Amino acid sequence: MSASSCSSCCQPSSIGKKVVMALTGLVLAGFVLGHMSGNLLMFKGAPAINEYAKWLHDHAGLLWAARVVLILSVIAHIWVGIQLTLENRAARAGGPADEATRRATVASRTMPYSGVVILAFIIFHLLHFTFRTVALDGAVYGDEVYNMVIAGFSSKPVAIFYIISMFLLCLHLSHGVSSVFQTLGLRNERWRSRLDFVALAYGWIIALGFISIPLAVLTGCLK
Amino acid sequence: MVQDNGKEETLALKLRVWRQRRGQPGAFEEHALAAVPTSASFLEMMDMLNEQLIKAGKDTFAFDHDCREGICGMCSMTINGMPHGPLPGVTTCQLHMRNFRDGETITVEPWRARAFPVLKDMIVDRSGFDKVIQSGGFITVRTGSAPEANNIPVPKPIADEAMDAAECIGCGACVASCKNGSAMLFVGAKINHLNILPQGQAERDRRTLAMVKTMDEAGFGNCTNYGECQAHCPKSITLDVIAKLNRDYLRARVKEFFSSTGKPSKGGD
Repeated sequence: MSASSCSSCCQPSSIGKKVVMALTGLVLAGFVLGHMSGNLLMFKGAPAINEYAKWLHDHAGLLWAARVVLILSVIAHIWVGIQLTLENRAARAGGPADEATRRATVASRTMPYSGVVILAFIIFHLLHFTFRTVALDGAVYGDEVYNMVIAGFSSKPVAIFYIISMFLLCLHLSHGVSSVFQTLGLRNERWRSRLDFVALAYGWIIALGFISIPLAVLTGCLK
Repeated sequence: MVQDNGKEETLALKLRVWRQRRGQPGAFEEHALAAVPTSASFLEMMDMLNEQLIKAGKDTFAFDHDCREGICGMCSMTINGMPHGPLPGVTTCQLHMRNFRDGETITVEPWRARAFPVLKDMIVDRSGFDKVIQSGGFITVRTGSAPEANNIPVPKPIADEAMDAAECIGCGACVASCKNGSAMLFVGAKINHLNILPQGQAERDRRTLAMVKTMDEAGFGNCTNYGECQAHCPKSITLDVIAKLNRDYLRARVKEFFSSTGKPSKGGD
């Protein structure tokens, strides 16, 4: 590698930063699908989800490998996302007095905002169900994940916060998943509307899958 | 439009027009303009406004224009927040006043982007685009007498695709419409035009890396796939050119990363 390409690694180009967003976004979008699928074991009953949780904890190496990849992806996604947002604001220089929008979607225009709320959600969610230090009234659940989830979502404000966050995740994914293809150069006019649809469907599947659990607890379907 | 009595329809307009001197803050000025024929182009309407100002002994508004037939890329006004105005696929010079209503207030301002600083009124400095072109928007050939046209065969689909990209007139509406002030549609069009033709292959990777680097240095923003550029491009260039720019850039970076130094590594055998 020449000296110039080394400095360009340290100062990635605009497209380089977009590729970081796309690849880390792909990891995180894949993760939420796995996470959501695991969560649906709640509907199979307490033993199923508890055994799944125990299996995960018994494979600490695997669990931590996944966690390291996820943590690095989240950090890179947020760090580069902030850089891009600040650069783009500066490059726009205020924009026209009369702002007109022809086709930019709400999802695309609110990516930084939906991202911030999702980050706040992730922090709360980790404190809630991983570290178990908030909103559980100090009860100890151990491997009794089923009971913990029921107790966690029995609080209306908590369940509603989860549901709203998942709608924002749907919004974020509906633009993000389709953009991955564009950034990696795997999209054209023929495929764009199809990929937009795939991204929207993916967002809804993820969001509804996650929402089904707090909703089922709120409505008393899961006890 | 010609009315039943044979007279042409005219409009009375209220205009909010940007007034700015280089390096100073600007502001909107309001002017009333009567008897604008609906057949007039937007630039002709601006000419009428300037004539009215000259007769009143006032300063005219400066704006860019050249061919006035939609092919040169000089005209550059943001009209009611839209670069080149409300009609998709046309330049300001080909926008006619029949697309506006009688009594309407029209806001006219320059392209808004950090990379396009205002020189005067509606004229902005678009030399950022020139720098991008200078860094790679060409093919290096020995000039002289014209070469035989069919020496290098170009497949028809490739010629068509390159021609579609070459439609870009470099007006800067993509940058002005982008909420990130990004020049990706322009750079994508130029890259696609040259990178797919046989004549462009020798410098393909160097061109792509250099033009993206220059684009970043010129202060343009990053693409976040809003699609506003495509919706405002007077030549209807599509986001396809951006996807292909991304692809070519990645390919060039990977090839650069694994390029041979031609020498054995230290400690190697």
